[in-house]
Amino acid sequence: MTTLRARPAPVPVRPDGPAASGARRGAGWWVPAGVAALVATVLVTVTVGPADLAVGDVWRSVATHLGLGGLLGLEPLGALQDGMVWQLRLPRVLTAAAVGAGLAVCGVVMQSLTRNPLADPYLLGLSSGASLGAVLVLVAGWTVLLPVAAFGGAVLALVAALGLAGALGALTPTRTVLAGLAVSQLAAAATSFVIFWSATGDSYREILSWLMGSVAGATWTSVAVAGGATLVLGTLLASTGSVLDAFTFGDTAASALGIDVVRVRWTLLVGVALLTGALVSQSGSIGFVGLILPHAVRLLTGARHRLLLPLSALFGATFLVWADTLARTVFAPRELPVGIVTAAIGAPVFALLLWRGRRTT
Amino acid sequence: MTETRTAPVATGAEDRRDAAVPGAPPATDGLDAARVSWSVDGRLVLDGVDCTAPPGAVSGLLGPNGSGKSTLLRVLAGVRAPDAAPGRDAAHVRFADADLLALPRRRRARVLALVEQDATTDLPLTVLDAVLLGRIPHRSLLAGDSAADRDVAAAALARVGMSAFTGREVATLSGGERQRVHLARALAQEPALLLLDEPTNHLDIAAQLDTMRVLRDLAGDGVTVLAALHDLNLAAQTCDHVVVIADGRVVAAGDVHDVLVPDVLDPVYGVRCEVLTHPRTGRPVLVFDSSD
Repeated sequence: MTTLRARPAPVPVRPDGPAASGARRGAGWWVPAGVAALVATVLVTVTVGPADLAVGDVWRSVATHLGLGGLLGLEPLGALQDGMVWQLRLPRVLTAAAVGAGLAVCGVVMQSLTRNPLADPYLLGLSSGASLGAVLVLVAGWTVLLPVAAFGGAVLALVAALGLAGALGALTPTRTVLAGLAVSQLAAAATSFVIFWSATGDSYREILSWLMGSVAGATWTSVAVAGGATLVLGTLLASTGSVLDAFTFGDTAASALGIDVVRVRWTLLVGVALLTGALVSQSGSIGFVGLILPHAVRLLTGARHRLLLPLSALFGATFLVWADTLARTVFAPRELPVGIVTAAIGAPVFALLLWRGRRTT
Repeated sequence: MTETRTAPVATGAEDRRDAAVPGAPPATDGLDAARVSWSVDGRLVLDGVDCTAPPGAVSGLLGPNGSGKSTLLRVLAGVRAPDAAPGRDAAHVRFADADLLALPRRRRARVLALVEQDATTDLPLTVLDAVLLGRIPHRSLLAGDSAADRDVAAAALARVGMSAFTGREVATLSGGERQRVHLARALAQEPALLLLDEPTNHLDIAAQLDTMRVLRDLAGDGVTVLAALHDLNLAAQTCDHVVVIADGRVVAAGDVHDVLVPDVLDPVYGVRCEVLTHPRTGRPVLVFDSSD
């Protein structure tokens, strides 16, 4: 029998063991490894594509634009080929990276604040709400308001989903997801209706790219909006690790640790809606990135948010860049919306989570 | 002999307050809460509760299911704000001359810790990580764990006898082990006031006694301990002071010999009890019959 009596001296804890580090073994290497994986991913995927460009030519184009041409003594690429790399491929890869990173951070924050392993911007309807907001202002011709409208749509969807779930009783994971599903379906139907009603061109393709998500049309503007939002909001959200940790054992525990639960929850959820709005305005609603990446990273690093948040961002970016690369190459010259690829990978994981969480639903 | 018995209360709040723990050190050194009311959806869960816990002692909060024990602990911990009813004197919760209701949350979390009942997580969290959560009020929200934080956490785990479990995942622990981890997490907050909601729930008898022994040790170190307890005999053997509440009101408070008597317990629990004397400790031992 173990005795609880205070011992004369604390049992020494191995200073180098995984337990003593407060995280698992090798915790210090995960972030550099994640950065390296993301950089390598960008460098490799930017060379992949239907146009017959040599790997060296692609990197030459990128290096020239980065101002390294003179330093390395590189010949500039032809204008057509250069445009293919610098105006089409690189903005697309970087937008996918920014969207993947941002969605993964949103997923971590939502799962932690709602203590719901199924929470993510897509399942709770934020992405669909943002899509609807974006489509409405595009149809009205107020392109400048695009991120604002997407944000407004995301906030309304969030309030509607949590409000509906709350009106049904306690915010259990299943109830929250069902409410999110209702909101998300309604917003998706409205989005499709608005596009049909106003469409002049290929409405099917446009509907699909908003509902399934796509970074096919990404430009440097997309990189600026998605990347800027992820850098600013994502960094702010990712710096809240201790606060999110405090929610591990629920609201009462967080409150007893000195956290203003209500204020923190709504501030961070509005931050999530803001970031989701900015991302969706550039990519449409891409599912499952925010859901599965946090779970995958937790398996590697444990549940502490200080490491979980930045690593989810890095792996989310890497994941979505590869998913988009698959989407544009597997059936080339035909191209899939990237959301089909993420759903094909994410839906089985979602089912697994439902199975594992069946006790608490 | 201590004559700290408070008769079953029939009169107003002033009488109760005057009767609270004479002989003990001045109440302002320990926990001193007065006129605490709390209601939800118009239903009064706590109705003007006065509750004290002497410093450096283990106090038991007793009462049947639904009497308001958990709610009272949450109000005392600052998790719930007490009702501010117009026309009534405002509630106060003081500890060692600090006004806990007015203290900023983070500072309050450095003074008191709350151990909840059955707190769980589905997340893959190690025991050490769970205990390190208790350091959050003590450091900048942007900072990571310092070496000092880890020392405090390791000492807290040693104190509850869980040092060997440091790297285990919380989800794989038994109920008793998990309860000790929660206790260690509270100790990592380095509290002067420790509030516990049924810390011995679901524990086998050895683990119950171990837990109470840790609480006694802490009290010996000067920590003020207030624990909601179901087991009246456990309270009788380990508490210095007990408070009995029923239907959101204090029924009696004082020394175990004076409060754990048939006059108090029979109506509160709807049973018939007899009080024996423990042959070794001299403390009361209760045996029960149903009331009819």
